[in-house]
Amino acid sequence: MATSLTLRVLEVNARTYRRIWRGSVITTFLNPILFLAAMGLGLGTLVDSGTGSESLETASYLKYLAPGLLAATAMQTGAGDSTYPVMAGIKWIRTYHAALSTPIDVTALTMGHLGWVAIRLTFVSLVYAVITMLFGAVALGWGLLSVAPAVLTGLAFAAPVTAYTATLERETGLSSLFRFGIVPLFLFSGTFFPIEQLPDLLEPIAYITPLWHGVELTRGIALQAGTTLAPWVHVAFLVAVVVFSAGLAVRNLRRRMVV
Amino acid sequence: MREPPVVAKNLTKRFDQLVAVDSVDFVVQPGEAFGFLGPNGAGKSSAMRMIGAVSPITAGTLTVLGMNPETDGPAIRSRLGVVPQEDNLDTQLPVEENLLVYGRYFGLPHKIIRERIEELLEFAQLTERRKDIVDRLSGGMKRRLTIARSLINEPELIILDEPTTGLDPQARHALWDRLYRLKQQGATLLITTHYMDEAEQLCDRLVVMDKGKIVAEGSPRELIDRYSTKEVVELRFPVGVQETIVERLDGIADRTEILPDRVLLYTPDGDTTSAVVHERNLVPESIVVRRSTLEDVFLRLTGRSLID
Repeated sequence: MATSLTLRVLEVNARTYRRIWRGSVITTFLNPILFLAAMGLGLGTLVDSGTGSESLETASYLKYLAPGLLAATAMQTGAGDSTYPVMAGIKWIRTYHAALSTPIDVTALTMGHLGWVAIRLTFVSLVYAVITMLFGAVALGWGLLSVAPAVLTGLAFAAPVTAYTATLERETGLSSLFRFGIVPLFLFSGTFFPIEQLPDLLEPIAYITPLWHGVELTRGIALQAGTTLAPWVHVAFLVAVVVFSAGLAVRNLRRRMVV
Repeated sequence: MREPPVVAKNLTKRFDQLVAVDSVDFVVQPGEAFGFLGPNGAGKSSAMRMIGAVSPITAGTLTVLGMNPETDGPAIRSRLGVVPQEDNLDTQLPVEENLLVYGRYFGLPHKIIRERIEELLEFAQLTERRKDIVDRLSGGMKRRLTIARSLINEPELIILDEPTTGLDPQARHALWDRLYRLKQQGATLLITTHYMDEAEQLCDRLVVMDKGKIVAEGSPRELIDRYSTKEVVELRFPVGVQETIVERLDGIADRTEILPDRVLLYTPDGDTTSAVVHERNLVPESIVVRRSTLEDVFLRLTGRSLID
């Protein structure tokens, strides 16, 4: 019963997306191309002309950057899909209220949402992986395999962000989340440069952010390179974040909706 | 004999300090249209949300379709139709897809949903607009679609929270007609409203709620007979005059209500009372004789108007 309820929510999410997918095309297809071109090729040429890629231990900056950007894109997708759409369900369009007056319960509603985000993440990451292959930044097979840790990274943001959004009264909290959370992580979690470059004080902070673990894993697979910690540690950390935050999301959403 | 769809005993809902529903008892019989009449904030919506198994009860007992909302929420909700006070259609989706999506929440097979969509579009007079995005519909159309949507699972009990609030008179009458048809088909209706004419039109039986409590219960006719007179004479005086003539109205009617903008005289015979008004040389700007309504019942019971 519980599984079937979750699947119903997932199906409705997918049906709704069929109507609104156009809005997300630019971010899905164009952003990776722009970033890879500007940072990977443009900035990369400078990095590669110095000693940059030598110390990065990759053939080129583009190869270093591409997997990191994949994980970071997954983070943005996972977080983005769990902010405004969730707020719309709770408050603006109130579709969550509609769903909860049917047999759907809060657990199914939350799991269906996260399940749908997982599908979206898979699709977005696949598109991104294919584009990086076209850029010649990653080999075909390893590029496709690196989609898996990217999806996990995206979920490690979708779940806590859903839990956070469920507590918000106003949308200002959402822009703060991006300004003070997602954007700094995007810049300082090893996407563009190794976190060893950070001031020593900040380095430990990077270790506890899900994005750093996601970047490590994704890059490790895409480049068949070693990871800072054992791969299973990175996986375990991300899975723990997903499981704990999903529980928190159900709890917060129940407090919000079932009053 | 079918069991009563809703039985509430000492039903209570508290939000922190606020007591929204204060230990109320009522029983809804199968096939009847049962109303909750009261001003905004009387506790009607809170009662509806508890019956709809979306809001936990604070105290008392509540049985809906023979089940306990606390433990059997999904099973109860699968047999309910709910029309919330605020529309919560998916405004990004076309009309017919709103019905489809809702049907899927109930786990209904596609084939059955397709058939019902045709009937429901017809019922809501939206067949021509089926492909339109909901955002583009008028308020009345959205309301009709919300009601149609609530019927996708062929519910035994339909909960309508302020079904016609914000609609123009024409749209309201069209909706009343639809609701009347549902009742004819055997559905039990639960309706909240702060419009007395709506309650009189639609409800077989109703409770009058004020500040979380039920202050009276009965059919509209019974309530009017019990708490009001047959007729009412409404007097309007020029600005500033009303205060000066109040004592000259003494004994003129069974009961007198002084409202800020008019005086109501409750009497078995309006024409006779009007004649007495003239005999006493009172010259109101206007004088209207009408039948008593539920509005008068509410005024009598609470000392306030339904709509402030």
